[in-house]
Parts: sequence; C-alpha cells; structure tokens
Amino acid sequence: MKPPPFDYHRPRSLGEALDVLAGTGADGKVLAGGQSLIPLLNMRLAAPAHLVDINGLTELATVEEEPGGLRIGALARHARVERSARAAALQPLLGQALRLVAHPVIRNRGTVVGSLVHADPAAELPAVLALLGGSVRLARRGGTRDVPAAEFFTGPLESAAGPGELAVSAFFPALPPRSGTAFHEVARRHGDYALAGVAALVGLDDDLRVSTARVACVSVGPVPVAADVTGACGHRPPASADWAAAARAVQDRIEPETDIHATADYRRHLTGVLVERALRDAAGEALHA
Amino acid sequence: MPERVHEITLTVNGTVRRAAVPGRRLLSDCLRHDLGLTGTHVGCEHGVCGCCTVLLDGEPVRSCLTFAVTVDGHEITTVEGLADGGRMSPVQRAFAECHGLQCGFCTPGFLCTVTALLRKNPAPAEEEVLEGISGNLCRCTGYQNIVRAVHRAAELTAEES
Repeated sequence: MKPPPFDYHRPRSLGEALDVLAGTGADGKVLAGGQSLIPLLNMRLAAPAHLVDINGLTELATVEEEPGGLRIGALARHARVERSARAAALQPLLGQALRLVAHPVIRNRGTVVGSLVHADPAAELPAVLALLGGSVRLARRGGTRDVPAAEFFTGPLESAAGPGELAVSAFFPALPPRSGTAFHEVARRHGDYALAGVAALVGLDDDLRVSTARVACVSVGPVPVAADVTGACGHRPPASADWAAAARAVQDRIEPETDIHATADYRRHLTGVLVERALRDAAGEALHA
Repeated sequence: MPERVHEITLTVNGTVRRAAVPGRRLLSDCLRHDLGLTGTHVGCEHGVCGCCTVLLDGEPVRSCLTFAVTVDGHEITTVEGLADGGRMSPVQRAFAECHGLQCGFCTPGFLCTVTALLRKNPAPAEEEVLEGISGNLCRCTGYQNIVRAVHRAAELTAEES
C-alpha cells in the first residue's frame, strides 16, 4: 500500500513540463490533484517510471470565460470550480455534477481536468463534457490540439492524451438561452461511484416546447454514453413531453455490465428512472431560465 | 540504485520542519515517520476512510493522497496542532463531551475535517454537517454522537468568540 519508486519532476514552467514529458514519453505520468492517480499508485495498479508534478504551475489554476463557454485550467481544483460564481452562471451543470464528485475533502485537492484525463466511465465530469460537447486542450512540445469530447474518451481509464502530452485545459460550452440542466445518480453510499447516473440538458423553443433533449450516462459503458433523445420526447411542452419514451430509447442503447455492485439489468433500470428524472428537472430549469 | 531524496520544508503546526524524502513519500508517512507526529492515523491509504485528513494551508486534504514533496513550502496542521497550548479546541472538547469517539482511531481525521468545516460554516445545518463529515468513516459510534459533537462545537466556538 505504498507507491512504487519513480523519478520525481517538478517543472517550474509549462515549457519545462512539456520538455520533461517529451523526454519521458510513455514512461511519464502527470500528477495534478492526485486523488485518482495516488490511490492507483498506492495499490500498485500503476507504476510510471517518471512522475511530472504540475502543482507548481499556478498559471494553470484558471477558471475563465471564453466566447461560448468556460475554460478550466489543469490546476483548477474541484472545490474552486464548485464555488465559482462565473462557472455557476455560465454552466450550472458543472456545479450540479461537482457536488456528486467523491467527498468535499477530495474535491479540495482533485482537479476538473484531471478527472477528465483519468476518464473513468463511472465519473461525473467526463459525462458533463460529453453531454455538452466540450473539448480538452492537449499541449506537447511544439504544438497544441483541441480534442472534442466525442473523441477524447476512448475506453475505461483511457483518453486521447498521448505520450508527451499534457492536458492544459478543458472547454465547457455555456448553457444556451431557455435551457436547463440536471444531474442525478444513485450510489450505495454518499460519495461512492454511482451505480448509474444521468446528466441531462433540455432546451425549449419560442413556444416553450422541447426543441433539444440530450443525456449522458455514467457507469453503463466503457466511456460516458451520450444520447440525443429530442425525437423521442416529442416536440411538446415539458408538461406533456414523453420522458418515458426517452428513457426507453436510452435503455435500448446502453450496454451495462454486471459486477459486484449491481447487475446489468439493475443498472439499466436505474438509468431509465434517472433519465426521466433528469430530463424532467432539466426542463423545469429551462422553463425558469 | 538508491532512490533520489528531496529536501523539503514544511510548516507543521506553526513550526518549520525539514525532511529528506523520496518522491513517493506520502504526506501521511512523512508526518508520522519523518516528523514523529503519529496523531495522524492511516487507515485505508486510498482516500476512502478519512482518518489521515490534515489541513493543508487551512483546507482539509487526505494526507495519504498527497506526496510530501508536492507540498514543500506549505503549511500543515495536524491533530497535534488543534489545541491551544494545554487547552483543547472547542471541536476536541465537544467530541469528548458528546462521546463522539470510542476507539479513537478515526478521531484525528474527524477533528481536522470538522475544524475546517466550522471555520467555513460556523453554524451548519444538519444536512451540511452530514455532507461535511461524509468522507470520514467511523466504525464505533454510529455517527449520531459525532453529528451532535459538530453542533456542540459550533455552539462552543460561538460562545467563546
């Protein structure tokens, strides 16, 4: 239950960090908040030869408005984003999701971008990025690329971030007008990974009828499962929208697995219940937006 | 090949302390083994139990999920630093008064967590208390007395300020 040995690097600038990562290649791992990585090291499920600690790069501790949304830097911790009035105003789904991420003490240290790169299909923030169609900015020595959420999550604990790359920020699109969001999940104990969870976004048109309905589900596939259920809901006001049809459409699409925590059938059932609940609540928020 | 050692300086409970640690030394182990502060307990070592919670620059964090070398130059408060000289802090006295502990193993983590909780929210509602201590496990008390102790600590703090 102690981490294996590694060479420790503490770069003082982003450029230095990228140089170190370029040198270590696939043997290098980035340490930000460490709330997912250090348990993996302690349990010896991971043993990188080099650890590149970016906690000294305070220039990455940013939460900034950008045209169309919010850009969150690699060192912005969960608690900081959770408390950010700017984040809450631009995209309330972030706060709704962050409240469900582990426990407050973990959120003091863990980072939003770190949660994305960790790419756990049971985690909330990858689902948020997938639902909103956000992106992750990956920097390497000599270049930067933005990877859309749909291409970023490639498998359980696997992302598009390659050797030598550092995820420097993530972009979360702002909530469009007349839209609302919600995040609901079921976990055995408060703060545990969810057995099932659903993030939802509902948008209304000028006549206050449902014009957009999307969900993203956690813990029911190798990556967050995003689905557009606008058609299934029917082009109707929220009070008469067919949320149950949307739930069935999502249930047909997901491929949950049985494990010690829940059976596949139970996860599918929970996901259906949560899709309805999240869509209904998101529509309620949209009516008041 | 021997592991490379890093010289670090921490301000622990108001005292500047130096240590030479390998990169992989957990803050919990640094406090206990390098600095001799065994009040910080280590339970699960993967962030679940909350026993190792200490204050890093005033914010509660898991010392088992933090490398000592990462927090070089920062301020740490452990359970040993909560009392004011010989007088226990309001949170410590409330836990004693309300029987918020039995075996005491989880207590250092609870005390640090609750100290920070009450600094941020001096009069928490029942739900805020439950959320605040949700990351700390106690296998003895059944939590009822701990919740009571948090409310009592809030009262004591208010009376004494």
